[in-house]
Amino acid sequence: MSHKTFVWLCLLPLGVVTVAFFVLPMARLVVTGAAGPHGLAGYLAILIEPRYRATLINTVVLAAATTVVTLIVATIAGMFLQRHRFPGRAVLIAMLTFPLAFPGVVVGFMIILLAGRQGLIGDFSNRLFGEKIVFAYSIYGLFLGYLYFSIPRVILTIMAAVQKLDVGLEEAARSLGASPWAVQRDVVLPALAPAFVASGAIAFATAMGAFGTAFTLATNIDVLPMLIYTEFTLAANFATSAALSVGLGLITWFILALARSFSGSAVAAAG
Amino acid sequence: MSVAAAGGASVRVESCGKTFADGTRALEPATLDIARGETLVLLGPSGCGKTTMLRIIAGLELPDTGGKVLFDGRDMTSVPIERRNVGMVFQSYALFPNMSVADNIGYGLKIRGVPADERAKRVAELVALTNITGLENRRIDQLSGGQRQRVALARAVAIRPGILLLDEPLTALDAALRDRLRGELNRLLRALGITTIYVTHDQSEAMELGDRIVVMRKGAIAQIGTPREIYFTPNSRFVAEFIGAANIIEAPVENGHLVLPGGRQPIGGDASLPSAVAMIRPETIGIVDAAGAPLGGIIDSVSFVGDRQRMIVSAASARPLTVDAPNTVQAKAGARIGLSIAPQAVRLLPPEG
Amino acid sequence: MRDRLIFTAQLIFTLLVAAFLVLPAGLSISAGVTVNYFRGIKSGVTLQWVAQVWELYAGTIGLSFLIAFATLAVTLIAGVPAAYALHVRGGRLARVVEEIITLPLAIPGLAIALALLLTYQGFGEFRRSWLFILTGHVVFTMPFMVRSVMAIFATVDIRTLDEGAASLGAPPWRRFYGVIVPNALPGILAGALMVVTLSLGEFNLTWMLHTPLTKTLPIGLADSYASMRLEVASAYTLIFFVMIIPLLVAMQMFADREQAR
Repeated sequence: MSHKTFVWLCLLPLGVVTVAFFVLPMARLVVTGAAGPHGLAGYLAILIEPRYRATLINTVVLAAATTVVTLIVATIAGMFLQRHRFPGRAVLIAMLTFPLAFPGVVVGFMIILLAGRQGLIGDFSNRLFGEKIVFAYSIYGLFLGYLYFSIPRVILTIMAAVQKLDVGLEEAARSLGASPWAVQRDVVLPALAPAFVASGAIAFATAMGAFGTAFTLATNIDVLPMLIYTEFTLAANFATSAALSVGLGLITWFILALARSFSGSAVAAAG
Repeated sequence: MSVAAAGGASVRVESCGKTFADGTRALEPATLDIARGETLVLLGPSGCGKTTMLRIIAGLELPDTGGKVLFDGRDMTSVPIERRNVGMVFQSYALFPNMSVADNIGYGLKIRGVPADERAKRVAELVALTNITGLENRRIDQLSGGQRQRVALARAVAIRPGILLLDEPLTALDAALRDRLRGELNRLLRALGITTIYVTHDQSEAMELGDRIVVMRKGAIAQIGTPREIYFTPNSRFVAEFIGAANIIEAPVENGHLVLPGGRQPIGGDASLPSAVAMIRPETIGIVDAAGAPLGGIIDSVSFVGDRQRMIVSAASARPLTVDAPNTVQAKAGARIGLSIAPQAVRLLPPEG
Repeated sequence: MRDRLIFTAQLIFTLLVAAFLVLPAGLSISAGVTVNYFRGIKSGVTLQWVAQVWELYAGTIGLSFLIAFATLAVTLIAGVPAAYALHVRGGRLARVVEEIITLPLAIPGLAIALALLLTYQGFGEFRRSWLFILTGHVVFTMPFMVRSVMAIFATVDIRTLDEGAASLGAPPWRRFYGVIVPNALPGILAGALMVVTLSLGEFNLTWMLHTPLTKTLPIGLADSYASMRLEVASAYTLIFFVMIIPLLVAMQMFADREQAR
């Protein structure tokens, strides 16, 4: 057999799997989204319907807040870890990155242990103030959960970017009289900007599409993935849930495409 | 054209050594005095400690305990680089990619709080001085190597530093550009007149630019002197071979003469030891008739180099001699010739080199 | 002096963040082996909860491994040759195909699951078996295998090796298993580790696709969080940690080794 034929044969299994279990189903999903009572207009429901719009805004705000806080936390911790060597550094890095592959459910459980009815924070506040603070099952708990799985990922990206920084630039700025703060503002942060955009976009997209965490914490938190879930399983609104999923998919895909144009590769969205 | 702080500051490096955290001894304790307005070149092969010395003067490295750095008599050892008012040009130029050329040059002034219009004036001055008019709004990645070098220099000089520090500023350029910029750089440094400390491994750069040269080797100072002193009276074999071409001859001494396979050569200096290590520069050896010459040899090869002829002569001494002869000399390979060397051109070196 | 202060402040901040991440995990591990969570460690250490979890959920753990290795098999058979084909062919087609297979990463698992459900709801047998979950896992993990192998192809300059073997007379199939695959082994192994780890921890897709008879470990976890007492849920989480953390460590070691090249 010729080399060319062999190459085509090599692509065959992948082609079959992808078409059968991804391309066709996605096409079906898109079609179903337009099969409801409103037809194609069902796709705009995400923007028009006040209830859906509120959910969308909720989700976007939550994802945005997660992204901003994660970037700040990861930059401070990441720069610190990359720039200093001290005993126990490796352990500290391991502690900060081990939740990397946790599914959303486990993260949800972690938040329950921290802020649930028998949680650490509740215990603590009870001892200090006599009142148990429980917020795991609210939007704040969800926010904390999103932070929990975003921080490890973004810290790794930031640390890699800090490692690639040219120390000569910082020395040059210092030689011109710049204080440590000025060096950060004028040299370091601008140099890290691409990493911020790339990892920030990924954190945002992941938070937008996260399901497991919200599911574990409660079914009454108003985020888009939960809405899609309830529409599908409880209300059997196939058309609506399909349309909403396609909408959500488009948003996350777009954000990640933006990220790719800044960095070279995309990191997985999980949980 | 306005000049920087007239003359700049004098620098004294006192017993400064540097041992790094991993144990490497980059610099043995050394003492240097640099006069106001002087251009001092730190010259040596890579790993000799010249860059470490420069960074200690800059304030980017702290000397080992006991070392002191003084500017105009003031102890700056514990002062960080941000407050030393030095102008530094890095080997990789370290231009800020997020700023334009004009912003780069004006950065030090911005940090010092110089108002925008004054800053713009000063930047324009420097752009003219370094011949980069027209590039003010370009981004760094749009510049060529030579242009970047000039921006780096302009940026360092803009703040009117007391001391200018240059870390191999021409090394990153290709040979032709380097030669051209060397002359420009020299003129610029003379015009500015600031105390300048220049690090390089290129001896022709050192000779052209330096008022004095500090030759360094393996973390220690080998010799300090003017270019002429270093060239004509090196104090060791290492310095002799590092600067210019050198013929190193080891031979027994008799009656004030070197005893060589090809004859005898009178020595000008102190010839009391039984044997000597002598250096003779190729251009100080004259080609004469073999008849009657006290020292003779056979020409191995003749290479025409443009402004002179480079000849390899064997049988005169144990190892072949390199001779630079003017183009007027008519001699061919294989010919027997005599060598005429003035006694003062024979420089004795300490035995261990 | 100021430097010391900044260092200490940053250190404390980083320690706090690390505590935020580690404390609940540590709590969960200890709760899983404590007799009574409320009374704390004083009530004694026990493996009864772990035993109970095993009794209740051994099936899910087994199924998780089955699906993970089945996913690995499929991604190996489909992904490795495809990576080779894409690398060798290059050009626009390769980029388009890469784009398509990477899409599942950009689209929430929920959406993919919905798509699969809508399409295959009619195929009762298939839909009710663990093979249905398998398809979701394969779609989700395939890009990792393909990209990992393509990355190693680029590093090792597989094209030159291929051409060299061809010039010596080896036919395509022989070159593939004799030259290409052995040289791509590091990338294949890294991809394999990733596929197994991801499959074991996958929830979003699996939750939508599962039936009471086809539950995986993460599904069981969600179950236990909702309905079991804290100690049992913690013990189950502990088992999950024990399974997944060695895999993560192995992946990190692999990544470090590749970086050191």
